[in-house]
Amino acid sequence: MTKYTGQSVRRYEDPRFIQGRGKYVANLTLPNMAYLAIKRSPYAHARILNIDTSAAEALDGVVGVVTKDDMLAEDSPCGPLPCGWQVPDLKVPQNDVFQVDKVRHVGDRVVAVVAESPAIAQDALDLIEVDYEPLPAVVDARKAMDPGAPLVHDDVENNVSYEWVLGDKEVNDQAFADADHVVELELVNQRLIATAMEPRACVAQWNAFSEEMTLWTTSQNPHLTKVVMSAFTFTLPEHKLRVISPDVGGGFGTKIPNYPEEVITPLAAMKFNRPVKWVATRTESAMSDTQGRDHVTKAKLAFNDDGTVTAMNVETWANNGAYLSIVAPLIPTAFYITLLSGLYKIPTIYGKVYGTLTHTVWVDAYRGAGRPEAAYVVERLMDLAAEKLGVNKLEFRKRNLIPPSDFPYETPVAMTYDSGNYQALFAAVEESANYENMLAEQKKARAEGRLVGIGISGCIEASGPAPSAVAGALGGVTGFWESGGIRVHATGKVTVLTGAHAHGQGHETTFRQIVADQLGTSMEDIEIAHGDTAVVANGMGTYGSRSTAVGGSALVRSSEKIIAKMKKIAAHQLEAAEEDLVYDTSSASFHVTGSPDQTMSFGEIAFAAYTAHDLPEDVEPGLEENAYYDPNNFTFPNSAHIAQVEVDRDTGEITIQKYVAVDDVGTIINPMIVEGQIVGGIAQGVGQALWEEAVYDESGQLLTGSLMDYAVPRADGLPSIEVDSIETPSPHNPLGAKGAGEMGTIAATPTISSAVIDALSPLGIQHIDIPLTPEKVWRAIQASSNGGGN
Amino acid sequence: MRVKMTVNGKEFEREVEPRTLLVHFIRDVIGLTGTNIGCDTAQCGACTIHMNGIAIKSCATLAVQADGAEITTIEGIASNGDLHPMQQAFWDKHGLQCGYCTPGMIMSAIKLVENNPSPSDAEIRHGLEGNLCRCTGYENIVRSVKAGAEAMGGGD
Repeated sequence: MTKYTGQSVRRYEDPRFIQGRGKYVANLTLPNMAYLAIKRSPYAHARILNIDTSAAEALDGVVGVVTKDDMLAEDSPCGPLPCGWQVPDLKVPQNDVFQVDKVRHVGDRVVAVVAESPAIAQDALDLIEVDYEPLPAVVDARKAMDPGAPLVHDDVENNVSYEWVLGDKEVNDQAFADADHVVELELVNQRLIATAMEPRACVAQWNAFSEEMTLWTTSQNPHLTKVVMSAFTFTLPEHKLRVISPDVGGGFGTKIPNYPEEVITPLAAMKFNRPVKWVATRTESAMSDTQGRDHVTKAKLAFNDDGTVTAMNVETWANNGAYLSIVAPLIPTAFYITLLSGLYKIPTIYGKVYGTLTHTVWVDAYRGAGRPEAAYVVERLMDLAAEKLGVNKLEFRKRNLIPPSDFPYETPVAMTYDSGNYQALFAAVEESANYENMLAEQKKARAEGRLVGIGISGCIEASGPAPSAVAGALGGVTGFWESGGIRVHATGKVTVLTGAHAHGQGHETTFRQIVADQLGTSMEDIEIAHGDTAVVANGMGTYGSRSTAVGGSALVRSSEKIIAKMKKIAAHQLEAAEEDLVYDTSSASFHVTGSPDQTMSFGEIAFAAYTAHDLPEDVEPGLEENAYYDPNNFTFPNSAHIAQVEVDRDTGEITIQKYVAVDDVGTIINPMIVEGQIVGGIAQGVGQALWEEAVYDESGQLLTGSLMDYAVPRADGLPSIEVDSIETPSPHNPLGAKGAGEMGTIAATPTISSAVIDALSPLGIQHIDIPLTPEKVWRAIQASSNGGGN
Repeated sequence: MRVKMTVNGKEFEREVEPRTLLVHFIRDVIGLTGTNIGCDTAQCGACTIHMNGIAIKSCATLAVQADGAEITTIEGIASNGDLHPMQQAFWDKHGLQCGYCTPGMIMSAIKLVENNPSPSDAEIRHGLEGNLCRCTGYENIVRSVKAGAEAMGGGD
């Protein structure tokens, strides 16, 4: 029986956070530590003519500089940053940690200085003279391919790093030719800055005696960082590198890559033989953290008079920025085109992507990563199609939902959905939102001339990456299993070792719940270890809503191994046959079938395993097991969301009046944590719909380089959000879990944009590109046929 | 310059550069790292502390401005090992995820409630608009502040 699964257990990690004892990297101070700052390019594209560091080096308190010469020195461990996702014919431009000849985005790395204090390091930056020859830049994903556009890298023709196609074009074209109706749309999915509240930071400590490097860094996946460093960017033997990611203050995808600063800081620590610390300022984060989204898309949908969708066609220009980040080519390909079927039966889908390079900060995963871009395209098309047919948007969607009897459902875009009940999902959201009533209220409001809109979305996510073989076939350089270790101590206490990494997700609680239920122990007797490559041998980290489905499943497997070993010991000591023993998690003990008095408890067995006085011949002492869990498919969380907004006709300002979400994230371990993930995700999706945008001007200047210019959601801009769930367990993993981290973000952007466009539809407005800022909305109202008056 | 201030009931007198920000004094000079830094433009509120009974952003204050001041940080609000009711409420209501904004959020919330013992949802949202959280979507922060307000003796 499960004791903890399904319970809203309060989080074990919270006492340290609420008392100011979070172990964030920036809080770490080591004896004799020096501080590093990086001179970054003020230009989007320029030739470096000369770098003069002499004045900086002469400043009191400056330890020295770290330059491209250190990077290029013969005994330097430094190598270029790799791209870890190899789609066919990929052109990977060189991505050195310091630029040698040219800078290619504002914030590109030129030289670093190390000083006795952070303030002196900043002073020294101002004394470094760099002569540049500014060059023309290109920032737009599609214009990057224009003939004569400035090249970001001379060896990447037309600025096209990759092209990716999925689907049968002939079949698709025919379906469009045969359809009763077609809607077409060109849209922009704007660039975002993740803005985790904790800016990136790292501390490097070189041990010259043992020749070992320890790096504390703000990573979602310290083990991957260690492998990438050892193999490519900082080529110490892997066993001489230790990467520690203690508490990390939010990731959202931008703390996946191995960053230049994670190479430069250890290089400095080695050069000066001192611990060195680097902490990004917020502005530095804005111009050096990987950014998200940034698509230009032309899409069309074919459907018949009866409201049946028959075909979809999507062409996208995806902006990758100036260099290819670690999984950049994955996101607009196998995490985007493959999700275009949404919750719907669509007989043929054709998708084509151009992955381009521009003079902007590199683009990589941001919460949802490809899947929100897909959902936004699908849902905008569904709205337009319903509008064209003159039918209710929700009814139009329902007409095209994949029925529960069709699971596992193979889409035309290479995914096999595991489980779901989309009809139940829609029924639940209609009921929760009281949809009928909303329609009646909207009618009344419209009669009064008010611009009230109802938005609806039904979205899919592929989460829990990934089956390693599938990932490999799609271009992944690494595997995507997770490791989970269980160390039962002689006293019956348990250390759980996971390769997943928590940066807000609450693994220290959820994983305790999972293991406590498996072993029948108390949660209080379990400790979770993560984030240190010297403590946990291997891991893949946390992204793609994978931790419970993949990392949690690894812990189920290792628990099973523990119980299997305990059974052998118990059978031996109770002088019973193994097959007669039953493990009862409610009492955490084995008993012999038919003789309830013959028992041996978890604690007794643990002790016996370590005293080793009386073990079966084939059993080694100790009680410690590890499992590598490689999922055999993605999981497919899904959602139906409804929102209501009102647009102020005079100012274009939008008020969200209601937001109701129903999500199916599979089996829920901790409902409180899942609700928190979904609400937080929705807030980020709302941010994209209404406010957030990384803006570059034509010359490549980043105009939104601070929190004064980049608008993340604030408490007073968001409504109260109602979250409900249905649970269709995933058949692919022992927990039935799907993934809760990204569903809210994926769904909220199309839901809110659908509501705003619905509010404006009486004015004949059919589309406005997100973010739907008051200015854009006001301009659209003014430009509409009857926007000026009532 | 020499500055002297009381932080969490303890007196500190230190030599600082005039440009030293109060948040750097708190974190780097006296080593209380519970107060976090999330931006450089006084937008995010992660560094919120109490100075002479008022919630302020310690990244927008010079250490020398705090000369003679009474400072309380997140480390100083629990008493005799008991959590402050607002800390307890954030724990109970899952008002945090990554925890980075939490110290500043709690310090702001305490003053919000001291000034308005039973705030409405809208008043809480308005009162916390200077504290950014990227994880929670604020829903559970509002619930936490309500519960904290009640525990602090407010409420209906």
